[in-house]
Amino acid sequence: MTSMQRSKSRSAAGVCRSLFLVPALLAASLVAAVFTVPGPAQAQLQVDITRGFVEPLPIAITDLFGEVADEQKLGGDIARVVAANLERSGLFRPVDKRAFIQDASSLRNGPRYGDWRLINAQALVAGNVQMQADGRMRVQFRLWDVFSEAQMTGLQYTTTVTNWRNIAHRISDQIYQRLTGESGYFTTQIVYIAEQGPQNRRIKRLAIMDQDGENHRFLTAGNEIVLTPRFSPSTREITYLAFQRTGGREVPRVYLFNLDTGQQEVLGEFPGMTFAPRFSTDGNTVTLSMAKDGNSEVYAIDLRTRRQQRLTNHPGIDTSPSFSPDSSQIVFNSDRGGRPQLYVMNRDGSNVRRISRGKGNYFTPVWSPRGDLIAFTRQHAGEFYIGIMRADGSGERMLVRDYNVEAPTWAPNGRVLSYFRTTRADSQGRITSKIFTIDLTGFNERELVTPLDGSDPAWSPLIP
Amino acid sequence: MRFSLVTTVFAAMLLAACSTPSEEGATTSGGGAGSGSTTSSSSGDTTQSSTIPGPAAGTQEDLTVEVGDRVFFDFDQFNIRADQRGTVEALAVWLDTNPATTLTIEGHADERGTREYNLALGERRANSVRDYLIALGINPGRLSTVSFGEERPAVLGSNESAWAQNRRGAFVVN
Repeated sequence: MTSMQRSKSRSAAGVCRSLFLVPALLAASLVAAVFTVPGPAQAQLQVDITRGFVEPLPIAITDLFGEVADEQKLGGDIARVVAANLERSGLFRPVDKRAFIQDASSLRNGPRYGDWRLINAQALVAGNVQMQADGRMRVQFRLWDVFSEAQMTGLQYTTTVTNWRNIAHRISDQIYQRLTGESGYFTTQIVYIAEQGPQNRRIKRLAIMDQDGENHRFLTAGNEIVLTPRFSPSTREITYLAFQRTGGREVPRVYLFNLDTGQQEVLGEFPGMTFAPRFSTDGNTVTLSMAKDGNSEVYAIDLRTRRQQRLTNHPGIDTSPSFSPDSSQIVFNSDRGGRPQLYVMNRDGSNVRRISRGKGNYFTPVWSPRGDLIAFTRQHAGEFYIGIMRADGSGERMLVRDYNVEAPTWAPNGRVLSYFRTTRADSQGRITSKIFTIDLTGFNERELVTPLDGSDPAWSPLIP
Repeated sequence: MRFSLVTTVFAAMLLAACSTPSEEGATTSGGGAGSGSTTSSSSGDTTQSSTIPGPAAGTQEDLTVEVGDRVFFDFDQFNIRADQRGTVEALAVWLDTNPATTLTIEGHADERGTREYNLALGERRANSVRDYLIALGINPGRLSTVSFGEERPAVLGSNESAWAQNRRGAFVVN
């Protein structure tokens, strides 16, 4: 039961795994146990996500059953968050609850498949919430394929009540994974820059939220400019740029922010301005730009020794480094060819080659967590684009075009991107900037609603 | 000695300062765009008023009146434009006559680029000014640079005129 081996096949057997969570995150033990009865092995329900536009899969998500009011409320809340997650992915269409024929109580004895086929639900989610004597809650859920009448997965979690959103996201990830064959991305956070005010007096604050915009909080007070936050692979640290005010001056420095302790720390004292930080995939290094003699070069800073290693050596601008998932290569932005373009080099700085070939300027390359693609910002003929290309520069495709779109970031499954969009300023300097998400096929663009304006989103890896 | 020529150029530049156009039909500096100067730490370009007692030598106000407090750059460029060289040369003279003064050169970019790239571009612009001042004989120890990228526009709005005035190197007396 504790086996971490997981068959890649999509057989009908229940997924056998256990989850161990970081105590600092959940402050509670949480166990997911298999309680599935394997259904007959047969053709499985599958969302085909290889095509560009997908007809969303109709899925019935019932309120998790509870005996008492507290349990019922939790069960309804969890179902609501799961439905919202799946709907937002663009791959699923939750069926209107008012159409349901079978009630949550009788679902405990198993689905009456005919009732769900009748309302054209192809997948069905049900479960229950039970408060335990120790005050914790036990949440069970099951996912069924309505047409093949087979259970696809079923899991149980025991945790504190305050973790109910986290459980909803984990359930969403399980459902997404079973039905798409790709890992989910719902148990994640987004760190970004919250903004307000006119162009020249824009207040910028580091802020963090769940991927659905919930659990929003500000991390800095807004009395200094903050820019370009990025998550560490552990999801517990953020690196970013802040213009620290010292003695009437503003000094740009790269910082580390520990999300568990709230502690902020300067990455180091360097002889030139440092900016554009980003963690390596193994978490041991931060790459950044350092302008030592007035020209930006890419450096790697070892986080343990704080030793710096220069990776580029060119009179042009070199910035925005991003590691490949295996940490063997770095894609970066350089104007060494006359205009800002994208280049890839080995992690030691050798073997530099240009990968962008189109017209205009290219910026902010970000390697996909899957390793196959690089997302970027492109500027051409007075407009901005968010695009993707293969790591060798081939297969370039534009996903978004607008007056100003910028700074893509990948969801951990390499399937969804986030970025921000800024409007033209009026003569009073009023602008708006908003964060969006989009499927890498270019469909399903959604605004990620934030309390204030937002920019520079960075998507976390899956939270363990 | 080398400043005698510079001084001559400087005088000519001062005369021209109020009518130096920004590029592409931009509003001439010091006037039209207006709202840009109300909140920025440094005021707009000089208006040559006579007979009013000048500000104390070596201050930001003195620099702004005597030299101007900024130079402008072309899109995605960091070389000192021919029409901006005189301002930097005048700045060298001013620094020479105020030897106790130290200066921070701020590099700024317009909003048409990414934040990271614009930080790099601003840094290069600030350093172009610094390098030119050093070439004109100013002690590097008196000069520091900082880039604000696109974070601190001097002129509000999203149009060519605003962008042309936001691509700048600004001189701030420490």
